[in-house]
Amino acid sequence: MKMALPLALVLLALSLLWHLSLGSRSMGWAEVVQALLAPDSASPAHAVLRELRLPRALAAITAGAALAVAGAVLQALTRNPLAEPATLGLAAGAASAVVLGVGLGGAAWAPWRPVLAAGGALSAAMLVASLTMAAPPARRQATLLLAGAAVTACLLALDGAAFLLWPETFRTLRLWLAGSLVGTDAGRLAMAAPFALAGLALALILGPTLRILSLGEDMARSLGLATGRMQALALLAVLLCTAAAIALAGPLGFVGLVVPHAIRLALPQHALPLPMIALGGALLLVLADIAARLVLAPAELSTGLVTALFGAPVFLWLVRARA
Amino acid sequence: MFDRQAPATPPARLAPRLTARNLRLGYGPQPVLHDLDLDIPTGQMTVIVGPNGCGKSTLLKALARLLPISEGEVQLDGAPIRDLPTRGVAQRLALLPQSPALPDGVTVRDLVAQGRFPHQGWLGRAHPDDGAAIDHALALTGLSDLAARPVTALSGGQRQRVWIAMVLAQETPLILLDEPTAWLDLRVQLDLMACLHRLTREAGRTLVLVLHELNLAAAFADHMVMLRAGRIVAQGTPEAVMTPDLLHQVFGLTASVIPDPQTGRPVCLPTAPL
Repeated sequence: MKMALPLALVLLALSLLWHLSLGSRSMGWAEVVQALLAPDSASPAHAVLRELRLPRALAAITAGAALAVAGAVLQALTRNPLAEPATLGLAAGAASAVVLGVGLGGAAWAPWRPVLAAGGALSAAMLVASLTMAAPPARRQATLLLAGAAVTACLLALDGAAFLLWPETFRTLRLWLAGSLVGTDAGRLAMAAPFALAGLALALILGPTLRILSLGEDMARSLGLATGRMQALALLAVLLCTAAAIALAGPLGFVGLVVPHAIRLALPQHALPLPMIALGGALLLVLADIAARLVLAPAELSTGLVTALFGAPVFLWLVRARA
Repeated sequence: MFDRQAPATPPARLAPRLTARNLRLGYGPQPVLHDLDLDIPTGQMTVIVGPNGCGKSTLLKALARLLPISEGEVQLDGAPIRDLPTRGVAQRLALLPQSPALPDGVTVRDLVAQGRFPHQGWLGRAHPDDGAAIDHALALTGLSDLAARPVTALSGGQRQRVWIAMVLAQETPLILLDEPTAWLDLRVQLDLMACLHRLTREAGRTLVLVLHELNLAAAFADHMVMLRAGRIVAQGTPEAVMTPDLLHQVFGLTASVIPDPQTGRPVCLPTAPL
């Protein structure tokens, strides 16, 4: 199992090269490597690769890693195996905040997507948490998921209303809302990457302590964990990761659910292998984005559609495998 | 196998390290615990018994600083426990709650290792004594051979021993356990109680247990505490506490109490109401 991490890195590097080689003019891998390491400034193909393809591929890696880690941290935090940003309403909250921000503020707000998304995810998380805490302790696990579903439904309705009010916003955001990496440039990546890096770093730092938290609140406190502070920090990591991922790729479902479960199924002796979960998420989203571009080429499928089409059955299979 | 013969002489009396003074928890005319004074005898096994809903688990959690106290205080080594840092308390006092959450896939050794958390540095940096403490906890609970197995593959009794090993790895002088024998077969209950009892005698630990089973409590306790409606009705040796009068007053039981022919410990034989 010591091979798992290097293996995942090699797979990720290969899929990154594959991703970079695709486009309206496909390139050989040797040319991709050359464009990355020794770019020819006169070659338009090299410029396209560095300015368009590379940001998109890096965005897939960032969003995938961030979503998978956000899901794993939420599952440890809530001790609910179905928790992830999409099921708990955080993804919908982030998306609605972006819709409202861009609708009210116009295109000038578009670069602030990660900030808007973080605020929206936080509001949704607070709402879901307060609905859950109002339920009797024995029913909280079910209430958590119901509250997440209800908040998501309300926010989707809000998005619909916003699009009636501001049809222009709809045209700008339609593709992104379905989960897509189209149009990612270096500027958008640079805006979201600090959120993702901070969130991932915080999650990795909290990793060993999250394992303690997953033993239950009483057990964790009697082991000397200040659970309140820990929960706040873990939630912060989730919000940063969710905000970065959704700002980049829109509200993608299933990544945060499928990846942590698949990794834990593959590496059962590790209680919370966050580095592997991050790599797994990155790999999955790069491959999903490749599929989105290949399946209907030259037309393009939305990446969110691919993660849902692939993620839902895989998730059902995982549920059966783990039962 | 196990030693049913609980040693008759408990260890020499030491100053209590964990005490509750005038403890009240909850508000209004019906608080969960009230006017509760308790000294936990050091190096002995204290067992708290009482009918359902009498506040046994609440008392255990209050002693472990897990619940806010409305009046009075719990003292650990003479200092009010609520003023002590969470980690500092966790280095001296461990609590095994009634149903801790079992993470999936975790192995026996991995779970037991979590007990080292209060001794580890920030970010869970390992402590030099971790390995030895884990090995010792596994040996004390007879789990050394199962260390590499996933906890989910074990029987109920083995799983409960894993949790006990985890709090043992915490290496605290005081260990509180909430119904450690619940849902287990009688034989497994006896094995587990014998294992816990040995901890007081061989490892000098102070144990406080909440138990449902009166005869099991009387067979192993050095000190028994009988609780009813948030108040201590009686405490002392099993002989002093397991009396027909008190059983009637606290549990509403009509019972005769006879000494166990082997150990001399009191055994209660309830009569079914006709």
